Amino acid sequence: MNKRVAVTGIGAISAFGHTFPELWAGLAAGKSAIRPLTLVAPGALRFPNAAEVPDYDPARYFEEKETLLLDRFAQFAAVAAREAVRASGIEFSPDLAERTAIVLGCSGGGKSTEDDGFHHLYGLKEPRVSPLTIARAMSNAGASRVSLEFRITGPVFTVSTACSSANHALGQAFRMVRSGEVEVAIAGGSEAPLSLGFLKAWEAMRVVSPDTCRPFSRDRRGLILGEGAAVLVLEPVERARARGAAILGEVAGFGMSSDAHHITQPSALGAARAMRSALSDAQVAPEAVGYVNAHGTGTLANDATETEAIRSVFGEYTGKLLVSSTKSMHGHALGAAGALEAAATLGALQASLIPPTANFTVPDPACDLDVVANTPRTAQIEYAISNSFAFGGLNAVLVFRHLR
Amino acid sequence: MSDELISRVTGVIAKSQKIPPETVTIDKTFEDLKIDSLDGINILFALEGEFDLDIPDDAARGIRTVREMAEGIEKLLAAKSGA
Repeated sequence: MNKRVAVTGIGAISAFGHTFPELWAGLAAGKSAIRPLTLVAPGALRFPNAAEVPDYDPARYFEEKETLLLDRFAQFAAVAAREAVRASGIEFSPDLAERTAIVLGCSGGGKSTEDDGFHHLYGLKEPRVSPLTIARAMSNAGASRVSLEFRITGPVFTVSTACSSANHALGQAFRMVRSGEVEVAIAGGSEAPLSLGFLKAWEAMRVVSPDTCRPFSRDRRGLILGEGAAVLVLEPVERARARGAAILGEVAGFGMSSDAHHITQPSALGAARAMRSALSDAQVAPEAVGYVNAHGTGTLANDATETEAIRSVFGEYTGKLLVSSTKSMHGHALGAAGALEAAATLGALQASLIPPTANFTVPDPACDLDVVANTPRTAQIEYAISNSFAFGGLNAVLVFRHLR
Repeated sequence: MSDELISRVTGVIAKSQKIPPETVTIDKTFEDLKIDSLDGINILFALEGEFDLDIPDDAARGIRTVREMAEGIEKLLAAKSGA
């Protein structure tokens, strides 16, 4: 029989700071953490801004020797996982560790590690690259590091589906806990894409805003890239209650779909099918949903297409739905995006406060939703969904429920 | 617009789209040539290389025809030589 799945720990490192309380405090205040990029020299790119993790010093979290083996994205995964596990209060005995899964999303892997190696090879004309390059850059380095830290010996893997990675990862973890395949799951996503070589590829794609991220605004000019990680600890509700753990929310359903339409252009049909599938998996009627944490990248194409998809799923009820894109504040952290947004959504359900769509200026008739513009709004919500739609046409939607 | 400019622009489009050069004429729309948004970005990249230009996102937005693209290049070249 399926088990209900509780969230008993949240960890996050983001442009707001190194912890989940800092992320939530920033989102709840409705302030954007988009700032001038410091990881890349000024003037090197057409866009000057990003949502960078502030004041990050690896020495605060790792021995110097350990950092030799850890790209920034894997470090972020470990920092967020430590916070989530600590919050859950779970101690992993060897027996429990064998019945625990780790599923982390990551889109690009160790981009700055690769960039650095290529600089030595092509730029400095050195004949070789560091022998640690593979171990640092592999996309599963974050999940493997978390496994090593907590001695987790159950199913551990990484999901890489571009901007949907973390939602796909959380969905797999949710289903493993729900079915009883594992007793506990540590799941989320991490990403550190702010490396010149990779940023140049985003620049060439012409989807990054030259100023800031204004989802659903008529004058939106693109996304703003971000970095960080968020990790949730999942376990059955009955297990959490039996051990007296604080329950931070419930994962109630998960749905996914593929557009099979175009490699980069979004499709409202595919997005709508993922939302419907998630609601059906959660056995929740559209009218029961109070809040949608939108994919809301701030690109011309995504926001209008997502609006069309939401309208097709929620019909006349759409007008009563609160919709916001927290990417306007924590940026688009690619493979970590869905995890940061899961943390944001759980924060909203717990606090009965909807984080707004920041930087909003002018309504767009093509995005006629209640986008909770600029100012947080008080609302008691039972069910919320969180959308992620990736390049490649891969969609993943999670349903969360308020639960104490 | 000079014939030379037009022929360089249409040549770049044909080459980056892997289509016969004679199919790309000044009066064609992107839709006629089955150029989608991602193809458009790729053409802009090739044009930047061909003309040694920096084409800002805002200048590129809304361009839907070969003529608009050639006119945009002409404008950017004029601005560059004036600067």
